[in-house]
Amino acid sequence: MLDIQTQLFEAEDIRFGPIDHEKHPEIESRWTHDGEFMRLMELKPIRPLSPAMVKKQYEDIEKEMDESRNLFYFSIRARSDDRLIGKAVIEWIDWPHGNGYVRLGLGDPKDRRRGLGSQALSMLLRFAFAEANLFRVTAIVPAYNEGAMRLFQKFGFIEEVRRRKAMHRDDEFWDLIAYGLLASEWAAGKGS
Amino acid sequence: MRDLFRGALVRLTSESAEDIARANTIWMRDSEFHRFADSEPMRLWSEKRQREWAEKSIEKDPDDSYFRFGIRTLADDRLIGEIMLRIDWPRADGILGIAIGDRDYWGRGFGTDATDTLLRFAFHELNLRRVTLGTDTYNKRALRSYEKSGFRIEGTTRGEMLREHTRVNSVWMGILREEWQARQEGAR
Repeated sequence: MLDIQTQLFEAEDIRFGPIDHEKHPEIESRWTHDGEFMRLMELKPIRPLSPAMVKKQYEDIEKEMDESRNLFYFSIRARSDDRLIGKAVIEWIDWPHGNGYVRLGLGDPKDRRRGLGSQALSMLLRFAFAEANLFRVTAIVPAYNEGAMRLFQKFGFIEEVRRRKAMHRDDEFWDLIAYGLLASEWAAGKGS
Repeated sequence: MRDLFRGALVRLTSESAEDIARANTIWMRDSEFHRFADSEPMRLWSEKRQREWAEKSIEKDPDDSYFRFGIRTLADDRLIGEIMLRIDWPRADGILGIAIGDRDYWGRGFGTDATDTLLRFAFHELNLRRVTLGTDTYNKRALRSYEKSGFRIEGTTRGEMLREHTRVNSVWMGILREEWQARQEGAR
């Protein structure tokens, strides 16, 4: 049977939702003032953002989703009260070849290490492979982000590329790792 | 001090919008070239359109995070291709792209010479820590050329391209500043 009644945006404890331009800028602005979170979420130099700056970013994101059509952006909400807890993204999609890059994060340390990231990645991959019909997805992770490395490995991602010393943080050099997962691998591992 | 823009066979140049548009209009009609140069399904753009893009990109210059050079032969000043470097400054990493549009100059060392010249610019003028590039595994000439310039394979992304119903891997390569330096000393 064709499984189209399955809700793509609903997991056990979380759900995906759209951006809320009124409520979310305040919350995300708080996250950007957490230097530890920002370094795990971003490869670019980090900077704290005011709510107005976050608002502008949200507008840019929706504009890009609308015009370029190679980006999917989801806010992650707690199922219990719909509050914003993170974001999950498929970006830089190369449609003719079926590639995309995935990225996700939970803003508040209290929401981490509770399996919510796994639920989000599980939904994001289902969307990438069963809805957007991508052939493969890639995740770029600096070698100091052990949490992310474990998460992607758990979902069957394979380490494909290791750019040597491509990150320089706190006077140390780190490799930048590219993890890849193919649709066929995702489909084979889904039941386990 | 030596002329940084001059290699053994070619020199790196700044091209006018007219010249680069005229050359690209000819090169892009070669679909084999296009499949080496870009993953996008090809569109055939008019010379007028390409000139407008080139003009726009020249307006943005000088842009310290993007360097785009024409490649001209030393022997007869012929424009044979382009080479680009996009720089991520906080990481001191440059992404290199090169395309030899004139197929008479394929497999004869002109691309390798342009790459060598650009690497010297990247490490001696820009002081980058590393240079990165990606290529398709079916582009054997490019792979050999990059290896000659000292790039090492850092990994393979599986099936990144679909060509003629066949999934093709992409190869990612990198050269670190110290590796490039050691090669210069070895060559002396």
